[in-house]
Amino acid sequence: MTRPLVKQSVIPGFGVTLGFTLAYLGLIVLIPLSAVVWKTTDLSFAQFWAVISEPRVVASLKLSFGASLIAASVNGFFGLILAWALVRYEFPGKKIVDTLVDLPFALPTAVAGIALTAIYAKNGWIGQYLEPLGLKIAFTPTGIMIALIFIGLPFVVRTVQPVLEDLDKEIEEAAASLGANRAQAVFKVVLPIILPALLTGFALAFARAVGEYGSVIFIAGNLPMVSEIAPLMIITKLEQYDYSGATSIAVVMLFLSFILLLIVNSLQAWTAKRTGREI
Amino acid sequence: MGIEVKNINKLFGEFKALDDVSLNFPTGKLVALLGPSGCGKTTLLRIIAGLESADSGQVILEGQDASNSHVRERQVGFVFQHYALFKHMTVFENVAFGLRVKPRRERPGEAQIKEKVLNLLKLVQLDWLADRFPSQLSGGQRQRIALARALAVEPKVLLLDEPFGALDAKVRKELRRWLRRLHDEIHVTSIFVTHDQEEALEVADEVVLMNQGHVEQVGTPDEVYDRPATPFVYSFLGSVNLFHGRVEGDVVHVGPHQLEHGGSSVANGSSVVAFARPHELSISKSPDAKGVHAVIERVLKFGATARVELIGVDINDHKKQQNYEVELTRAEVAGLNVKEGEHVILVPKRLSVFEHEEEVA
Repeated sequence: MTRPLVKQSVIPGFGVTLGFTLAYLGLIVLIPLSAVVWKTTDLSFAQFWAVISEPRVVASLKLSFGASLIAASVNGFFGLILAWALVRYEFPGKKIVDTLVDLPFALPTAVAGIALTAIYAKNGWIGQYLEPLGLKIAFTPTGIMIALIFIGLPFVVRTVQPVLEDLDKEIEEAAASLGANRAQAVFKVVLPIILPALLTGFALAFARAVGEYGSVIFIAGNLPMVSEIAPLMIITKLEQYDYSGATSIAVVMLFLSFILLLIVNSLQAWTAKRTGREI
Repeated sequence: MGIEVKNINKLFGEFKALDDVSLNFPTGKLVALLGPSGCGKTTLLRIIAGLESADSGQVILEGQDASNSHVRERQVGFVFQHYALFKHMTVFENVAFGLRVKPRRERPGEAQIKEKVLNLLKLVQLDWLADRFPSQLSGGQRQRIALARALAVEPKVLLLDEPFGALDAKVRKELRRWLRRLHDEIHVTSIFVTHDQEEALEVADEVVLMNQGHVEQVGTPDEVYDRPATPFVYSFLGSVNLFHGRVEGDVVHVGPHQLEHGGSSVANGSSVVAFARPHELSISKSPDAKGVHAVIERVLKFGATARVELIGVDINDHKKQQNYEVELTRAEVAGLNVKEGEHVILVPKRLSVFEHEEEVA
């Protein structure tokens, strides 16, 4: 007697969709990524270690991940406020603001990079006022952060917005009728409910920032040890035909990103579990 | 004392939600605000709670003018139709919320909070659910938790907005008996909003009937049911038969027929609406009986009483077919031996006559 592995379900097509999902993920994601790892194995471990422990590479990795984390945090905070304003208030030009949020998605990243550099450079619109104050933005890590904030903003706004829209006004009214002041209502009631979405937005913004190349490369100035991002190091290695060196850095980036996203995901699962929601 | 509202007006754009409403809700009573949807009852409740502000008028809670105070200062417990529980908190934390957000010097200690919350959960008979999340509860359980949460802050008044509106019929029935018993136990001045007349009449000490932004009648359930003050109240509370006609002496002329009204204050010759509840009509087969002629359409003989549905004859009132409903005991129906399609005469045992103003729904 044989027993079917998958029980009959009212929603058919489980086998087909799972098969397709796995095949698709394999083709699109897994095979290219394993090729990266495969290529790296051309090197011995000592050679691999030599590449990734090179001071310039370490500095670039620190910069890439550090700046991305800061940018994603800034986006988490201000993106939330932006989403809140878009959901909760009616104001003239709301539709336009709503559309503007998506612009960083659509713009070619190089265009964004050039525009930001032009504005923040020594003689740019904003740069000319900041420079005398001793604030240098273009060609510094600060500039990199600004570019990363720019490209990551839509992720937070667009993930938080629908959850805020679904949030029942009665929840806040209930909190107020129970004597909670506004801060208590926001921190004890509203924020915990939107936290999972906020974490998703943060993770997406972070992931995008780590991999970003086009918009950063212009504003960064690319000074060794100061404003060189990890993706640039990979490109540099590629231009020197050092393929294994390039993939070595890529493998480290993959590994770090995977760990960080895993942490964010488990944090999300933990908040969901703590609040009795289905994961 | 209790709750008093004075001359409340509220406009939503062009729509007059409340039109100069003044009411007194006595201390310790359970009052129902009853009316069709859009009559302003929920708006009034939200104004009393401070969740909405009136355009003019006063709200007085326990003798103090609360018109300008914020909802969190009014010490009202509010129960929402869709529970509005905090879904990220356990049942225990939901009920404890009102205690935990108190300013530090008023906040009870952890042990006191625990004791109080568990007592409240016992009061609503759900102490065994303390560690669950709202999503794991049934609708009826959620509403009881919402009530316990509102009671935790020891409100001066308890306001319930269609508390059983989202529940199915059986749970509704259980919960309203339960609410009545709970109120007998805690005696907090309470107002609940409902559009279900049966619910209002069964549960409340007093019923306020509202229609189109104003109060139609205030009274005990018996008073409003037996002595409706307006045609609206008559037709809103329970099923009713209407007769449009004209008063002349002791009778109301309805088309070619006559009904005896047994005394009324309405002036001779004026156009009227007469009401009779289904059990206030009897069916006669003798051709010289004074009453409205009708043809029997259906006889429904299940339940404790039998219902007879009839269609009026010779009455071209508003060019509409006139439907009547009569409630008789099963013995009466058997004695009459009426058949479907038979021509009979409806004789009212009791008739309430109101001067005709407008079309009554």
